[in-house]
Amino acid sequence: MSAQNTSLRGWLTADVTTSPWQARIQRTYFGWRRLSSNHLTMFGLAVLLFLVIIALLAPQIAPQGYDEQSLPERLAAPSAAHWFGTDDLGRDVLARMVYGTRVTLMIACLVAVIAAPLGLLIGTASGYFGGWVDTVLMRINDVFLSFPGLILALGFVAALGPGIRNAVIAIALTAWPPIARLARAETLTLRNADYIAAVRIQGASALRIILRHVMPMCLPSVVVRITLNMAGIIITAAGLGFLGLGAQPPMPEWGSMLSSGRAHLSGAWWISAVPGIAIVLTSLAFNLLGDGLRDVLDPRSDS
Amino acid sequence: MRLSVLKVVARQASSISTTLLGLLAVTFFMGRMLPNDPVLAIVGDLADQSTYDMVHHQLGLDKPLYVQFYLYIRSMLSGDFGNALFTGHRVADDLMKVFPATAELATFAIIIGVGIGVPLGVLAAVYRGSIIDHVARVVGLLGYSSPAFWLGLMGLILFYATLGWVGGPGRLDVAFMDSIETHTGFMTIDALWEGDMDVFWNALSHLVLPGAILGYGSMAYISRMTRSFMLEQMAQEYIVAARVKGLSRWAVIRRHAFRNILVQLVTVIALAYAFLLEGAVLTETVFAWPGFGHYLVAGLLAGDMNAVLACVLIVGIIFIGLNLFTDVLYRLLDPRTR
Repeated sequence: MSAQNTSLRGWLTADVTTSPWQARIQRTYFGWRRLSSNHLTMFGLAVLLFLVIIALLAPQIAPQGYDEQSLPERLAAPSAAHWFGTDDLGRDVLARMVYGTRVTLMIACLVAVIAAPLGLLIGTASGYFGGWVDTVLMRINDVFLSFPGLILALGFVAALGPGIRNAVIAIALTAWPPIARLARAETLTLRNADYIAAVRIQGASALRIILRHVMPMCLPSVVVRITLNMAGIIITAAGLGFLGLGAQPPMPEWGSMLSSGRAHLSGAWWISAVPGIAIVLTSLAFNLLGDGLRDVLDPRSDS
Repeated sequence: MRLSVLKVVARQASSISTTLLGLLAVTFFMGRMLPNDPVLAIVGDLADQSTYDMVHHQLGLDKPLYVQFYLYIRSMLSGDFGNALFTGHRVADDLMKVFPATAELATFAIIIGVGIGVPLGVLAAVYRGSIIDHVARVVGLLGYSSPAFWLGLMGLILFYATLGWVGGPGRLDVAFMDSIETHTGFMTIDALWEGDMDVFWNALSHLVLPGAILGYGSMAYISRMTRSFMLEQMAQEYIVAARVKGLSRWAVIRRHAFRNILVQLVTVIALAYAFLLEGAVLTETVFAWPGFGHYLVAGLLAGDMNAVLACVLIVGIIFIGLNLFTDVLYRLLDPRTR
């Protein structure tokens, strides 16, 4: 067992690699070693993994359904039966928190899945083509950047109507511009590189160059940025839920749960306190992970 | 020097007018995206076809889209945002009334943000890696990660409901309402103007908590940026030279390093001030603070697009204005950019 271990480590740290595959695995391994040496980053990663597990196993973990009411037990304080107490309809706050993890992570993932490719495509196209394409795309970008995210999202939600699907669309529409700007800056440093010229001479189309040769180089910094932005996205989503414009009842969304406790602040503080702590913890985890990833993937940027 | 500034302003003006046009286009299309028919909202679904057509015509909806857009721009630029259905007043008048409340809150918040954030950032940079650096980092991270509306609620439970140290929601206790005349719209300044210290202390006790919570976010941002600017300066050779020359450590920091980050710092503070408008939306909702954010949310919940789009547009214009301001300031104050 231990001999196998040493040989695996030897293979991972060999000075001379024998295949591109080994080289790639080695790079990942060294990156992971640097990442894991930072305790705060590991804490962030652990919290996020924990949340993913909770979200996946929600029906198994939750003590009861998120919508099971028990009016005689309404506004019950935290106890052995209800760890986080019950809300104004007698629903178990812990159960709703557990299911709410699904909603929060789903919003975050959907926004990332929409905004990252959109930003990447617009940014790389803008940087690669230059000229009027660049001018037009970056003007549009400037317009979106000239609104603070929440205000723009509020405008879109007002136009599209409340609901979780529209909240995701609205947040995604506010999340792509910083990514596009970043991708454009990266592309500008790449577009005159020799390897790009080489592919172009081989007859590759602009689309192929952007997709296969420019985008992969932009990925690390985009991943870092989106991880750091995730904290803001979660807070914005919770804010929309808090205002009653995001997830609609009875869906257990942390922001709207927090808001439902406003009427019972002095008597039943736990209804608002528990979701708030979860929001802080989640966005803190994304911030810590993002900081750590930046140190590993994007050593040029500082602070 | 004056010429170069003029040139910058001219270049900025052209780029800003296109951004402004885009801004108007975004709000215009937001207004058109509405799933519900604005004509039906006015005439009701019992109206006959001729009434419907008349209102349709009066609203200008039968004109081509580009004419509608042109008319929209014209009325927006002349400050005519239409009527707010949920208050019954003109949106422009409403905004004039609510803005001072937000300005007072934001000014208090930025004083906290700068007053604590800048010293904290400088100390964190000077004593890098020490306990104060770690404290600054944790305080900053928590500031980035905490939703202001939650901090507001918890603050209300602790400092208002439990300890009774601060005033509750709103700008004044009910007993003091309408007891002083409006001069500036800043409740604290108006109270001082009238010499009514009771009202002043009451207004201040209502301002402290929302102001501090709003200011916490900008403090986190300002201290983090200050720290990174200072570290950048302190790694420069001229700092070493000044130390070798015999200046004390703090003299170097104060007279050389800090003075060099001032311009960058002003930019950051201007941006932080702009972002307070965003934070104000939720903070004002929690504290029932009758300002701009409160108005925007009330308009949203009432489905009043005139009010909402005017608010969105105004924030966009303030953002563009602040960006222009910092750009010009940069060129004026920093000889290296010339």
